[in-house]
Amino acid sequence: MDRILIKDGQVIDPASDRSGIMDVLLEGDTVAAIGESLSVEGAKIIDADGCAVAPGFIDLHVHLREPGQEYKEDIASGTRAAARGGFTSVVAMPNTDPVIDDETGVRFVNDTAQRDGVVVVYPAGAITKGQKGEELAEMAIMAEAGACVFSDDGLPVARASVMQNALQYSSMLGIPLSVHEEIPSLKGEGVVNRGRVSTATGLPGISSAAESAMIARDIELLRLFGGHLHIAHVSTSRSVVLIEQAKSEGLNISCEVTPHHLTLTEDLVRETQFDTCTKVNPPLRTEDDRMALVKALREGTIDAVATDHAPHSVDDKDKEYMFADFGISGLETAFALLHDRLVLTGEVTLERLVESLTIGPADTFNLPGGTLSEGQPADICIFKTDEEWAVNPDRFASRGHNTPLVGWSLTGRVMTVLVGGKVILKDGELTC
Amino acid sequence: MTEAGQLQRKDILGLEELSRQEIELILQTAQSMTEVLQRTIKQVPTLRGRTVLNLFYEPSTRTKGSFDLACKYMSCGTISVSKASSSLVKGESLRDTVRNIEVMGPEAIIMRHPSPGAPHYLARMVSSSVINAGDGAHEHPTQGLLDLLTIQQHKGGFEGLEVAIIGDILHSRVARSDIWGLNKLGARVTVCGPASLLPPVMDQFDCRVTTDVEEAVRGVDVIYVLRVQSERQQQSFFPSLREYHRLYGIDVRRLALADSDALLMHPGPMNRGIEITTDVADGPQSVILQQVPNGVAVRMALLYLLLGGG
Repeated sequence: MDRILIKDGQVIDPASDRSGIMDVLLEGDTVAAIGESLSVEGAKIIDADGCAVAPGFIDLHVHLREPGQEYKEDIASGTRAAARGGFTSVVAMPNTDPVIDDETGVRFVNDTAQRDGVVVVYPAGAITKGQKGEELAEMAIMAEAGACVFSDDGLPVARASVMQNALQYSSMLGIPLSVHEEIPSLKGEGVVNRGRVSTATGLPGISSAAESAMIARDIELLRLFGGHLHIAHVSTSRSVVLIEQAKSEGLNISCEVTPHHLTLTEDLVRETQFDTCTKVNPPLRTEDDRMALVKALREGTIDAVATDHAPHSVDDKDKEYMFADFGISGLETAFALLHDRLVLTGEVTLERLVESLTIGPADTFNLPGGTLSEGQPADICIFKTDEEWAVNPDRFASRGHNTPLVGWSLTGRVMTVLVGGKVILKDGELTC
Repeated sequence: MTEAGQLQRKDILGLEELSRQEIELILQTAQSMTEVLQRTIKQVPTLRGRTVLNLFYEPSTRTKGSFDLACKYMSCGTISVSKASSSLVKGESLRDTVRNIEVMGPEAIIMRHPSPGAPHYLARMVSSSVINAGDGAHEHPTQGLLDLLTIQQHKGGFEGLEVAIIGDILHSRVARSDIWGLNKLGARVTVCGPASLLPPVMDQFDCRVTTDVEEAVRGVDVIYVLRVQSERQQQSFFPSLREYHRLYGIDVRRLALADSDALLMHPGPMNRGIEITTDVADGPQSVILQQVPNGVAVRMALLYLLLGGG
């Protein structure tokens, strides 16, 4: 069995409360030992001196676009982008073409990921057939085939009665519903936050109530009908208040936040003179919202950071603001952006950031990994906290070059990534 | 600005980005163009041999006609592409349309487009000058400038002037350009309309906001009435045109609350009997028909300042 010894790294494993200069021994595809100055005959050595060693990051929300939109991304390119960002597991959202709403679709994603992927891919199945919001998809059969969550992401479940049934039905399976919370008529034609920037630019706004009012509805349904409600990409301060209250009442609710909502605000739309890479749904919000999200991450109301990686082709973005597609290609900048903007500024500790990228998401969707304890998967992320680099989408592994961070200099870089004991990223470059 | 008084910029995208000095230069140049417009033979050879592309992604009679006239009087050639013409309805992207036309070498592109920011996007793409002829609800800088010119002609200046803008502020590019311009020149702006048609976070504009039309117009030097679009009623922004008229229509009684020398303005086309009554629209305080030739003068001035000289 292959043995790899990761030596002299600063281990950060919030799940086990381990922290300090330690060695990590991997045997085959599992973690065999962690300790100070381990010495193992015949093990291949990875020198992690000067680096942090963490469990591989887990992303609860990515769009890999396969099947159907391979010109934007596919499982091969998307999982390589994940590797570049330190992610060893990703949840693939089902709003593909066709929608992943049955056993065949789930198996397709699993099989393709086995063949073409370089990180672990967990398929999400749709909540409703075709994501039309009308009839429930075959949740139990999809769960058997390997779906770890159900989601109509990209769209809300607009009809309350459908949401009620989805919560009840999924509660039998113990599988969460990851919901894109938005009241369609309040979104309307909106493309930016309703507020300062919509007023100045004339771009149609999406009010924060489009999100928070739908969350309020679903919390009331959750209270009566059970299930596990997971709120995708929380973006407003009012959403945080509602989720916090529901959690304090003991309801089975969890949530995630994106790196861009934690670090950017609506003002970027004006500062960049309508750069369509700032167009994302939910929209970038106000500084007050951003601060509430950071606080909620710090205090644990937010369970996980998830990128909502939404790659698009040049043609989908290189057009008028109203007509461009929504989304940011986020996998390859997520850690660096959060480290640079939240950890180095003292807003969030490095330990809490790592927690929200590892054990936080693992526990939220009940996924393996997220910690370095013995017997856990040998999924590792080794990063440097002092290395500065400039964001250049031309060097992305993702086919989606749509990032508003072009040219930004960020401190914090993922150097080495192992999945199942296999090195897939070395010195920041893919090895597969 | 150079000694010769040219604008040191490639594009006119909005009044937000223009300095007070630039606006004053444009108004001064436009004022001299109004003198050209008084002549029997209005055409001057200034821009002979230059070509301007009119790109209209939304229907427009007044603005497009005004730009066409301005080009004609300045002796520059024009090419017009509008929504009805083939490539735009065939789904060609703005990028491709413009690249195809740009190789023919127009010195300026005048564009109206439903998406805010479309002219900014265009300006980044081309070396030609871009003049924004209205981008969604964002800005309509040539309308803003012609409104300023009209006010200046009657009031002499802007310092301390009180201006009330009445109507659908939320969807109005005219209101946004007027507010930026009036603020920069020292006027005090009050915006007024039904609460459902007032945009949020107006404090960034440094203007007063009210839903009470009589409070808004009391003692002001200019009442600027915006066009109300009936589709907003269908979109539930207000209950009926009748109720809109009751609450916000400018009539003799409300005009009388303003300063006795107050100007009455409207960007056109008017809905008589809704946002404005015929007696005041055609009355002695109305300068609505003077706004139109001023529009030609402002557009001539901009073409001259962007393309003239060299």
